[in-house]
Amino acid sequence: MEFISAIISGLSMGGTYAMIALGYTMVYGIAKMLNFAHGDVIMVGAYMLFVAIVSAKLPVWVGIMIAILVCTIFGIVIERLAYKPLRGASPLAVLITAIGVSFLLQALAQIVFGSEQKNVSALMINGSLKLGEVSIDYSTLVTLAVAAVIMVALTLFVKLTKVGRAMLAVSEDRDAARLMGVDVNFVIMITFIIGSALAGVAGVFKLMKSPAVTPTLGAMPGIKAFTAAVIGGIGSIPGAMVGGVLLGIVEAICLKTPIAAYTDAIEFAILIIILLVKPSGLLGKKRREKV
Amino acid sequence: MKDFLKNVKWKHYINYIAVAAFALIFGIIGLAGGLKGSTEYMLEKFAIAIILAVSLNVVVGFLGELSLGHAGFMCVGAYIGGKVASLLDKGADNIGVLLLAVMIGGSVAAVFGFIIGLPALRLRGDYLAIVTLAFGEIVRTIFMNTSSESFGGTLGLRTPRYDSSYLFIFGFILVLICLAVTQNMMRSKHGRAITAIRDNEIAARATGVNVTKYKLIAFTVSAFFAGVAGVLYSHSNYTVQSSVFDYNYSIEILVMVVLGGMGSINGSIIAATLITFLNLQLSTVLTGDLAVLKNLIYAVILVLIVIYNNAPALKHFRERYNLRALLDKIIKRKKDPSDQKDDEGAWDRVPTKIEMNELLSTDIIVTESVQDPDKGGKS
Repeated sequence: MEFISAIISGLSMGGTYAMIALGYTMVYGIAKMLNFAHGDVIMVGAYMLFVAIVSAKLPVWVGIMIAILVCTIFGIVIERLAYKPLRGASPLAVLITAIGVSFLLQALAQIVFGSEQKNVSALMINGSLKLGEVSIDYSTLVTLAVAAVIMVALTLFVKLTKVGRAMLAVSEDRDAARLMGVDVNFVIMITFIIGSALAGVAGVFKLMKSPAVTPTLGAMPGIKAFTAAVIGGIGSIPGAMVGGVLLGIVEAICLKTPIAAYTDAIEFAILIIILLVKPSGLLGKKRREKV
Repeated sequence: MKDFLKNVKWKHYINYIAVAAFALIFGIIGLAGGLKGSTEYMLEKFAIAIILAVSLNVVVGFLGELSLGHAGFMCVGAYIGGKVASLLDKGADNIGVLLLAVMIGGSVAAVFGFIIGLPALRLRGDYLAIVTLAFGEIVRTIFMNTSSESFGGTLGLRTPRYDSSYLFIFGFILVLICLAVTQNMMRSKHGRAITAIRDNEIAARATGVNVTKYKLIAFTVSAFFAGVAGVLYSHSNYTVQSSVFDYNYSIEILVMVVLGGMGSINGSIIAATLITFLNLQLSTVLTGDLAVLKNLIYAVILVLIVIYNNAPALKHFRERYNLRALLDKIIKRKKDPSDQKDDEGAWDRVPTKIEMNELLSTDIIVTESVQDPDKGGKS
């Protein structure tokens, strides 16, 4: 019984991880860069929810809209100012810049809002669905349902629309796509817009479970969600979902056992093992190295 | 004798001389009792930061892989070295114990560096950076959850404190050893092989560089000196707490390397000293929420310097206006043809990157196991 309840609380964490991992995997798959600042865009979204709902006393749905919009704007600005000038430079340079941007967002948030935690309780959904002895929180159901809908929508978007197919082309071969008339910069910007909007949604998910907002809110979940994206196979949209849910379950089971203090270490160890044994992840494609 | 002095390449030794002179001046003042405790503490921190920055530069600047777990190696060194010292020594100043602690702490960190180097054979770039980050966090979590008898747990490990004026001199001797090892390695055949891997791994492998061996060497040497810096740290502070060695600390070391210039050892020395100095000064001025301004400065340094140094659009601008060109103008230095061979500060200016995609269109699947470790690299 305890095991099942651990899995259910894992699903609830897994939904958030899946949401973040979707954003990671989109950006990594198409722009070929590890957007370290992704987790911090979530934090920006959470602070926007705080500003809109608690400070400005706007309705919750307006707050959510504002948060997603601001995250999107942040995504565009970060991409234009920090990543676009480095297109064509060494991957190391892009990676270090991404770390810098992540630090920058955290520092700015702390300067603007202070380091003490803010609380947004309006998003909390109380109550749970009882199925016999098992009970599932409504927030878990909402998280999983929204994540699944977004996953399906993204898959369809990539497969069916013109922009989506351009994304696929860019992820496969950027130079060839450019020769075929794809506007690579535009496609990458669209990717960042989608990724950042997903980060905004992840911020909402985060506040549905716990109301605390701090400047480092997104850093750790961001890195862990990268683990989820790697488990599922980076670049694969369903993979991100699977990886996120799996990671959430592993985390919940670890937290229930005596080795709870080592939860982070175990998750990172899983990441290292997966990268060593099967770098393409569960659902990822194998990538060949071209000479 | 005169000819000998003329033939010595002074620019290769200028950093030893500068560091040694710096240590000597403060050493004499310190032994005469003229230094405040806070100054001695700052000098110890300088030595630690220089060793960390130079050793990280081996992996980031010369091998071209991002390591986000440098603080993790330092953590291993600090705990192991601190434990060795506290087991052997009960407070008395004993240079032998200190040396032993440095050797053991450094060696254990080097073993971990070797282990982390192994994934580096299969992974590159982003994935490897994440693996090193994960390693740092794992090490920290493990030391935090040890029992209080073994490594102190959350309270931290208490370590013997050495007489300061003598510890910073020891620290600067370690800096000189670190410089000698890394600098000579980078100017030797081994260093050239490591930079060749950075510039184009496949081309390096094709020309007979034993990629496996040199990647492991770079990671091991880098981790060894990070461990040495950790042992110094454990003797400089009374306690070692694992929460210090977090991701942010690794980034701080990375900022030193980026500010000094990737692949420039002299740059690392200057930047490490500068940032440590600013850190200690700012920590007294900026308190509370303002302390975060430090992180803001780091972030701005990282973003601006990397974009300035790497953005393809700024290539011409940067060739015309850079610190090196400015120096040349001031000193009116003649162009030395041997400059081209030297790695310092020039790692993105030497046109070594060949766009292989444009030359060949065949796909070759690179497998890691083709190479025989015994035969490779001897050509």
